Amino acid sequence: MDTHVHDRRRFLALAAGAAAAPLLTACGAGFGGNDSKSDGSAADDITGSFDWKREKGTTVKALLNKHPYTDALIADLKSFTARTGIEVEYDVFPEDNYFDKLTVDLSSGRASYDVFMLGAYMVWQYGPPGWLEDLGPWMRNSAATGDEWDRADFFPNLLQADQWSLKAGAPLGRGGQYALPWGWETNVVAYNTEVFGKLGLKPAESFDELTELAGTIKRKAPGAGFDGMYGIAVRGSRSWATIHPGFMTMYARNGLKDFTVDGGKLTPAMNSPEAVAFTEDWARMVKRGGPPSWTSYTWYQCSSDLGAKKAGMLFDADTAAYFQAVKGASPASGKIAFHPGPKGPDGSLATNMWIWSLGMNAKSKKKSASWLFLQWATGKEHLRKSAITHNHIDPVRKSVAEDAAYKDKMRHLPGFLETFETVVDQTRIQFTPQAQFFDATTSWAAALQEIYGGKGAQSVLNGLADDLAAKVG
Amino acid sequence: MRPALRPYLLIVPALLLTGGILYPFGLGLYYTLFDFSASKPQPDMVRLENYRAVFTQEAFWNSAWVTVLYAVGAALAETVLGVSVALLLHRSTVVGRVLEKILILPLMIAPVIAAIIWKLMLQPSVGVVNHLLKPFGLGGVQWTDTPTGALLSSIAVDVWVYTPFVAILALAGLRSLPASPFEAAAVDGAGWWYTFRRLTLPMLWPYVLVAVIFRFMDSLKVFDIIYALTEGGPGDSTVVLQIRAYLEAIRFQRYSFGISYTIVLWAVVYLAAMVLVKHLGKIQRKAAEVTT
Repeated sequence: MDTHVHDRRRFLALAAGAAAAPLLTACGAGFGGNDSKSDGSAADDITGSFDWKREKGTTVKALLNKHPYTDALIADLKSFTARTGIEVEYDVFPEDNYFDKLTVDLSSGRASYDVFMLGAYMVWQYGPPGWLEDLGPWMRNSAATGDEWDRADFFPNLLQADQWSLKAGAPLGRGGQYALPWGWETNVVAYNTEVFGKLGLKPAESFDELTELAGTIKRKAPGAGFDGMYGIAVRGSRSWATIHPGFMTMYARNGLKDFTVDGGKLTPAMNSPEAVAFTEDWARMVKRGGPPSWTSYTWYQCSSDLGAKKAGMLFDADTAAYFQAVKGASPASGKIAFHPGPKGPDGSLATNMWIWSLGMNAKSKKKSASWLFLQWATGKEHLRKSAITHNHIDPVRKSVAEDAAYKDKMRHLPGFLETFETVVDQTRIQFTPQAQFFDATTSWAAALQEIYGGKGAQSVLNGLADDLAAKVG
Repeated sequence: MRPALRPYLLIVPALLLTGGILYPFGLGLYYTLFDFSASKPQPDMVRLENYRAVFTQEAFWNSAWVTVLYAVGAALAETVLGVSVALLLHRSTVVGRVLEKILILPLMIAPVIAAIIWKLMLQPSVGVVNHLLKPFGLGGVQWTDTPTGALLSSIAVDVWVYTPFVAILALAGLRSLPASPFEAAAVDGAGWWYTFRRLTLPMLWPYVLVAVIFRFMDSLKVFDIIYALTEGGPGDSTVVLQIRAYLEAIRFQRYSFGISYTIVLWAVVYLAAMVLVKHLGKIQRKAAEVTT
């Protein structure tokens, strides 16, 4: 009997150790690093005249996120192979674990993927360790880049958003080009025209009006035939992604900053009196007119609720509403209109944005072929085709945004083109670039949830600022 | 093959398995002595600085507290419910045999899928739970919007998934108990409650405690259910140690610091297991006394 007990003890004790071991393995990335960093660029090795067939017979490996942009790309890959003789192998992951996969892969230094999708914010995280190839030398080399690629055709704010000097607090638009804009989203208000018509409402021009409007819809819409409808869908989950769309857009329109930068030192500014007042107002708006269970709301729930006629308005990416608005996509399709959203106190329409970009692995052994792929995927021909025959919007190229066929396609969505044209020049990344972006914004989202739950905004945001000052400053 | 080599060859698989466990563990432990992060890919040795930082962080103590609440709550509820279900199913009836088969279904669902299903069911406006509660005037419950609600909802999902595990272990224990003490008690005219308290429970305890050990250790390491249900929110109210470790190591790319969290968690799990296993020995001896 004793032996039996002893064996079981040992077994359970070992099981405890074994159960914890995989956690450690999962975290046990190697000291990957940038030990092979060099000043020269592989782009300098490309000489002679530009030739699409230069890397014929090569295979490029791409890591892609499940997205309509990706669907459009995959549908057109044969054109790339026909033009270059380069094959593209790809893996597609859903967004929930896409960035974990990419982060682990890049940090391992293995170069499993030559090219990948990333957001402009990821440049701040992946750039400093040397994981991203600086595409500037490739863009500037006429032997590597065809004339038709036409750098000047990109909206300048988008190209600048992927450009950084890798120094915390340094403005975007200077330094290396660590990714190329591929598709993007500006953050505006989309609304259900049916409920607006029935209740005699007009889109809000100020934040106070928006709060009032959201409350009115929540109170009156259910009695007007819109069962269970609430006022405004905004994200609320405990995630960095809660901060960047509607919240950051309205924050910026109020002239507020996330950090102040003084001599390269970053000081959190989300606890300034003005920021505290705005955050209280935002939480009040959510309480008065936001979704039930707001703290679990991601872009998906927000977008779905607009499409399912559960939300009267959506303050989020224009594409999140677009995918519900297109014919046959949802019960609300044909009844969704777009508006730039409330102006700031000084009339500002400063807008934050998300850019899906394409980057190259600095450890890739196939940089020349990878660059040809990036050049093609961000080129006019593919992006025009993707925008017109698929759903690759918003266009990162001016020529596509102004294309008659593209405009014809989008014209049936009330206010979409007008809203885009109103905010496009004022849309840029409103955050201060720094490597702890995801920590800062995840903590910020947690703070928002606490304020929504009834805690004092000033003390919560002071705590957030103190925490971030130690990490970022 | 020389006979002298045979014993050594026989232990090769065990050695490989042990190495496979110990190598990443040792490597992880080694990394915690550095300040390895994405922003510092060529790290410096910082000795125990990461552990000092962990233990002086308010977030750690909050996460440790939430982890303990979760683990104790889940293990306790699962034990009480699991043993109760096992006692109900112990009498072999047609209904009991059918229910036994159905009982195992939640265990066949990945916990993360269960959490996503429950997230939809707990959704206040369109979820089925509030729809069912509506006739009782409880249709507007915001299940995961408050710190207490989020923690209780997470525990409830854990209970839904893992109670069958406890029930099956307890049922197996019940069916392996010797019949003679119960027959003797019946002859002596002992009532149901007396028999349960003095015979069934003491003899069943070793089986129950094994289930408790597994469930408690597993609940201390929970990640999937909570992350899928609340992502750790609202605020930091459901950020257990595993989620904190994931955020630090993967999302925020502070690798050494994140691994330090997992080492601390490992130590907690190990110590808890040692205490419970020691207790198990005592209970097994008591159970043996009852049967003799």
